Amino acid sequence: MTAAIRADGLVKNFGKTRALAGADLAADAGTVLGVLGPNGAGKTTAVRILTTLLLPDGGHAEVGGYDVVTDAHRVRQLIGLTGQFASVDDGLTGTANLIMIGRLLGLSRGSARSRAAELLARFDLSDAAARPVKTYSGGMRRRIDLAASLVGRPQVLFLDEPTTGLDPQARSDVWDMIRMLVADGVTVLLTTQYLDEADQLADDIVVIDHGRVIATGTPDHLKSQVGGQVLEVVPADPERLGDVAAILARWTGADPAASAAGRQLTVRVPGPAVLPGIVRQLDETGIELAEFSLRKSSLDEVFLTLTGHRAEEEPVSGGAAAGSPAGNEIASDEVSHDDARLTEPERAAR
Amino acid sequence: MTTGTLTAGTRTEPARRLSPLTGLRNSFTLTWRSVLKIRTNAEDLVGLSLQPIMFLLLFVYVFGGAISGSPAHYLQYVLPGILVQTVLFATLGTGLMLNQDISTGIFDRFRSLPIARWAPLAGAIMGDVTRYVISVVVTVGFGMILGFRVKTNPFAAIAACLLVLAFALAMCWISALIGMLVKTAQGVQVFGFTAMFPIVFASGLLVPIATMPGWLQAFAKANPMTLLAAACRGLMIGGPVAVQAGESMLWALGILVVFAPLAVRAYRRKT
Repeated sequence: MTAAIRADGLVKNFGKTRALAGADLAADAGTVLGVLGPNGAGKTTAVRILTTLLLPDGGHAEVGGYDVVTDAHRVRQLIGLTGQFASVDDGLTGTANLIMIGRLLGLSRGSARSRAAELLARFDLSDAAARPVKTYSGGMRRRIDLAASLVGRPQVLFLDEPTTGLDPQARSDVWDMIRMLVADGVTVLLTTQYLDEADQLADDIVVIDHGRVIATGTPDHLKSQVGGQVLEVVPADPERLGDVAAILARWTGADPAASAAGRQLTVRVPGPAVLPGIVRQLDETGIELAEFSLRKSSLDEVFLTLTGHRAEEEPVSGGAAAGSPAGNEIASDEVSHDDARLTEPERAAR
Repeated sequence: MTTGTLTAGTRTEPARRLSPLTGLRNSFTLTWRSVLKIRTNAEDLVGLSLQPIMFLLLFVYVFGGAISGSPAHYLQYVLPGILVQTVLFATLGTGLMLNQDISTGIFDRFRSLPIARWAPLAGAIMGDVTRYVISVVVTVGFGMILGFRVKTNPFAAIAACLLVLAFALAMCWISALIGMLVKTAQGVQVFGFTAMFPIVFASGLLVPIATMPGWLQAFAKANPMTLLAAACRGLMIGGPVAVQAGESMLWALGILVVFAPLAVRAYRRKT
């Protein structure tokens, strides 16, 4: 089976800005490709090129085996697009929007109407079908957008940040819809800023930054690369930071990084199994904790690991100036062999 | 019926090209959309109707006595002019709607569908004809309530309305071009009205041009609005028609020939 989506060396410039600098993408039929990256990484530009909305300045792309530039009309017959850009008509009702698209796709009046009703029911919008879309909530709006892109029974579906700005419930609803589509055999390209979204849905992930693909692989592969979970520890007494760092290093085998304010230590942990040991030893050493939390690697850490720079600049925390001198001092006094890594901002990650 | 799956269905080999007939059908679907929007958007409909009513009332009762000696007298003179003015203003809606479609992203949806590239543009303009017809009906209808009387015959009056509509169909391409070149809907409105006021006022739409200074008369005489209003007057209340109607239609043709390709090009650029 040929790849459903294939892009080689896509380049796109907007004036002096290079939105895509030679990006390669590929998705096999029936799989979900997650395109992960921060704002402005070039995700949307890539989607717009693949959906024939934008001509590339360089490179080559095919969808369903057809060239997106020279065979755009054929590509349009295979795809559906939902996202930040392709939208529905606010002034029309949910039903009218879907009927309009059905009619544009050549369905008869009757089939357009029944297809609209079917999709509205499937997306749990039957009650709102007769209301103008401008009265919809954010989650409903995203669902009608998704329904609109499915009227033509696409083989390849492009979802550009389908859950950005949605609350957790609406988000998981959209995820369920996407899983349902994949079960039907649709190929999906999904862009997202959220690692967990890509993790939940994608068979393969492509990480884009500054218009370039910086990593590809399965979610597991990518996560093992960035070290799974992250433990954050804040000792109640900032003077004990060094002791805590030593204990964390012993148990995780990695060097903890201190926050800029010098109060918090962050370290990658292989899994939750090491936690009891760490807690026990901290307790035995008589260190009181203000905070102890385990979280998944964020996109930020993926980026830190893969690129050495942050995905987005962090806002400077208010307490930084006050806390910083003391923290740094302790760190360099007590764990002298580690002080370079400790005092350095969280760059330590390779 | 395939209710079981959302997307599975018979797969046919996609067609290489689109037939012109399909393009026309796409345009009609999008025309239907524009008309549906007028019906559901009460504000637009009220605005569309109130504007000519307001202009008629203001011009007839504020300026009527001063210009023609009595409001009733002036009404006979000014109604064809206000008819032209109203429809001209209504063409701004074309640019506004296109601009809105582009900024909300619905155009991107259309462009990702296998439909004719020109269909959204054609649909928007054909849909707007409905708005122009509403403007014409309200203006003439309310004028008649105020006491306007057609002195020729109903067919000539209808011909006058058709003349105005034909002219509007040419003017709306300018509006479409502005709608695509200007970034925001507000910009379209400001730019459009600024350009329209001198065209409307420096003409024979609302007053005879005889009392204007010479340089302005020259402009007003050349202004196609003057020609169009004169032709409408001729058709509705009597007087010469043929030359003015012919010349105003030549203007319309000229505007169409220049601005339709420009608008289509700007539209393609957005593609």
